[in-house]
Amino acid sequence: MAITLSASDTPSPPLSARLSPPQVWAIALLAPYLLVFLAFVVYPVGYGLWLARQPSSYVALYNDPIFARAAVNTLIFLVIGINIKMLIALFLSGFFAQQRPWIRWLSVIFILPWAVPSIPTILSVRFMLNPEWGVVNQLIFKFTGDDGPNWLNDPAVALAMAIGVHIWKSLPFWTLILLTGRLAISHDLYEASDVDGANWWQKFRYITWPSMQTLYITCTLLSMIWTLGDFNSVYLLTGGGPADLTHVLSTLGIRYLRLDQLSLAMASIVCAMPFVLPLVYFMMKRLSR
Amino acid sequence: MKLPTLREVGTEAKLLLIGIPVFIWTMIPIYHMFVFAISPKEDAFTGKLWPDHPTLHNFSIVFHQQHYFLRDFWIQFWNSTVIALAVGALTLFVATAAAFSISRLRVPGGRAVMNMALFTYFIPAAFLAVPMYRTMGTYGLLNNHWSLILAMVTIAAPYAIWVLKQASDKLPVELDEAATMDGATTLQLFRLVYVPLMMPSLVAVGTYAILLAWNEYLYAFLLLSKDTDITLPVALGNFLAADDSPWELLMTTGFIYALPPAAVYYAFKRYMVGGLTAGAVKS
Repeated sequence: MAITLSASDTPSPPLSARLSPPQVWAIALLAPYLLVFLAFVVYPVGYGLWLARQPSSYVALYNDPIFARAAVNTLIFLVIGINIKMLIALFLSGFFAQQRPWIRWLSVIFILPWAVPSIPTILSVRFMLNPEWGVVNQLIFKFTGDDGPNWLNDPAVALAMAIGVHIWKSLPFWTLILLTGRLAISHDLYEASDVDGANWWQKFRYITWPSMQTLYITCTLLSMIWTLGDFNSVYLLTGGGPADLTHVLSTLGIRYLRLDQLSLAMASIVCAMPFVLPLVYFMMKRLSR
Repeated sequence: MKLPTLREVGTEAKLLLIGIPVFIWTMIPIYHMFVFAISPKEDAFTGKLWPDHPTLHNFSIVFHQQHYFLRDFWIQFWNSTVIALAVGALTLFVATAAAFSISRLRVPGGRAVMNMALFTYFIPAAFLAVPMYRTMGTYGLLNNHWSLILAMVTIAAPYAIWVLKQASDKLPVELDEAATMDGATTLQLFRLVYVPLMMPSLVAVGTYAILLAWNEYLYAFLLLSKDTDITLPVALGNFLAADDSPWELLMTTGFIYALPPAAVYYAFKRYMVGGLTAGAVKS
């Protein structure tokens, strides 16, 4: 390269002469990102796929009851958790669309879970649910005289609590997005429907929902993709316990990594790909339009 | 002033019936953390909704590093700050250059790069963490702040590029043409025309990257391990290692840790909402 550029007797003009200065700059300015992308996305992903190439890893995964449990938990998290969250967000977006000063103030407070980092708040919930010292069981004891349940020791309850923490954290964000969608609907439509004597359900069914359904479905799918990577809600609340029964795929991958079973970690991630890639493809089509 | 009708009172009551639970639901974990932070040790575990003797003693313990778990508090705070700022600056540099190149200079293959970046944005970060950990080991960067900084730039850049590209597509082409006619070089175009016009988006993207890095737990916990290298969230997670963790101190530290991002968020809310939510989901 350096030789072609400096040699004067080469027949083809040097590269810098064939490209106009803006083109040289264009490539030079794109280079930093390309370098980051090659070094920290292409290489790791390629390396990871290479690690996950052996069928024996998948057999080992198949035989690991923790993997099956984690797959089921992930499905529950996504299908039940996300849909509940999005339905509440849809409902609350209608609430926050009301023009009242106190609702405006409430919306400022409502965004707090999204604005503060998740670690301290998840740990705060973890302490609330502590069977002996947590405030929840203290209150149960105070009012009923009975000991409260050992919340995080029952896998079903613990998973439900992790979903609750996830909802607590990300509900404000999705409510805000759906709210912008709702505010974009022309007010005339509602006024006209008032004149026609439509009730609130008819208004929702025939005005709100038709204009918001694309946004709602996009949000639901996007939230599902991102929730697949929600490591904190499960790891910091239950640590995957009790007895590794509340793992989801993201915490399971890290668990294998920490046990130095890297090929298993990668294989478990590869197993999620048939589910993730269609969603990613769909989202990319929508966003790159 | 006329009295509200029965119907109006009914509507208001229904709204309150939604608003009050929403308020309680939102505040519980934060309030719980706050009560712990201002409770003396013996009050913290009695399940009271307000401590009998609120105190700032816990804050003083944290600030003076007077506990085993807190002996590196300030250096960890410093680590978090430096890493967050470095991620913000690097992301801004990488993403602005790339967005300018793709959107204004129409670099060949720009669309493909944009699609690759978007693809990275949608791959859950926890999935990328596994191979990333190994790669950082190969590069010899483990336990080095650069590993976390570069990993976070990798994660923050795709969305940053996308938001900036959306914003720069809206700038008129005539602007670049006029500047070029006047003899501006590409670099001058970038520095004197593009960057000033993009300021609001740049603020939004920089804030996004800084908050992302400050809040990151998983990558920090995988890539850094020495007590004097780790960031605050990892230090908070380490409190869980012991059975007799001083919860009131953990909650105090968590409260201190949560304050800067919340302040930044509210300070830049105008930019965040305008620049980010509009870009997050385009319908």
